[in-house]
Amino acid sequence: MHEMGIAMQVIDVATAAIPGHLEGRKVKSINLRIGKLSSVVPDSLRFCFDIVSKDSRVEGAKLFIEEIPVTASCNDCGNKWTIEGPAFSCPVCKGGHTRLISGQELDIESMELEEDQ
Amino acid sequence: MEIKVVKKVLDVNNTMAEQNRKLFSDKNVFVLNVMSSPGAGKTTVLGKTITRLAPEIRTAVIVGDISTTNDADRLAKTGVCVVQVNTDAFGGDCHLAAHVIAKAAENFSLDEIDILIVENVGNLVCPAEFDIGEDERVVVLSVTEGEDKPLKYPLMFRVCNAAILNKIDLLPYLEYNRAEVLNNISQIHPGIPVFEMSAQKETGIDPWVSWLKMKVKAKLKK
Repeated sequence: MHEMGIAMQVIDVATAAIPGHLEGRKVKSINLRIGKLSSVVPDSLRFCFDIVSKDSRVEGAKLFIEEIPVTASCNDCGNKWTIEGPAFSCPVCKGGHTRLISGQELDIESMELEEDQ
Repeated sequence: MEIKVVKKVLDVNNTMAEQNRKLFSDKNVFVLNVMSSPGAGKTTVLGKTITRLAPEIRTAVIVGDISTTNDADRLAKTGVCVVQVNTDAFGGDCHLAAHVIAKAAENFSLDEIDILIVENVGNLVCPAEFDIGEDERVVVLSVTEGEDKPLKYPLMFRVCNAAILNKIDLLPYLEYNRAEVLNNISQIHPGIPVFEMSAQKETGIDPWVSWLKMKVKAKLKK
C-alpha cells in the first residue's frame, strides 16, 4: 500500500551508500531482504521503484528481493519454529510469550555496480 | 562488483522516531499512537477518552487524515489542543511518519501537556510499519468489521499492546461472533488487553481509561 514511499527510501539509502570513488558506475541491482510480516508486496515495490527511480542515480537497477520467513521462539519452553499461518502462540506448549526472530525485515543488503570498463 | 549496504530501508524514519522519543521523554510527555481501519470509531473513542483524562492529565492531539479537518474539528470541541495533519501535502501518505509528528509537535507547548495522542490515518496496513516515537500503540476494531481482521492484518495486531473492540452496543443487531474475534486477537498477540466498549453510548470506557492513566503515570511518575 505504501510501496511508493518505500521505493523512494530505497533510492535514498542506496544512493547514499555508493562510495565517492565509484560515483560514475551504473547500479545494476539492489538486493533487499523483506520479511513476510512486513506489509510490503514485492511486485508493487518493483513497479513503484521503476517509476520513481527514473532520472535518479539508480535508474535501471533491478530489485532482487529475498523474502524472509516469519520465525519465532517461545520464552516459556524455548521452542523455535517457522510461523506459516496467522497464529503466534507456541505449537508445543501453547504458551503466548512469543518472541519474533525474523519476519519484519525491510533491509538493503547490498548493491551490484557495473564493472570498470 | 558488489558493495555491502546492510541498512534498514526505514532508517531515516527510525532515526527520526528515536529523536522524537527522546524529545518527548525529556519533556515528560507520554505518546499514544492510535490506529484502526477507517470508520472503526477512533475519533469518538478519543473524544470520550480525552474528557475522562482531564483535568488530571493534560492532553494534546495530532490527527492524521489524507484530507479534511473534520476529525480535528470534532476533537477540538473537547477543549484540548488539536493539530490536523493532512498527508496529501506529503504525497497522500497512508500513514503518519516520524518527521510529520516532529513537525506537528512544534505546534504544542510540550511543557504544558502530559499525553500526546496521535490519531493515525485510518488504515490497518501501513501505520503498523512506521515508528513515530510513541510509548504505546493501540488498535481500535469495531464489531461492524469482520471477526478475522486480526488474522488479515497480523503486523498491526503484533505491534499494538492493547486493542479496543468498539461499537458493542450494536451486537444485538449483528451476526457477530465476539468469542471468535477475541480468540483471533489472542492468536496474533497472546495476552494483550482487549477493551470492549461502545464509545458512542459511553459504556465500557472506564477500564480503558484506567489502563491508559496507569501507563501515563508510570512513565511520568506522577
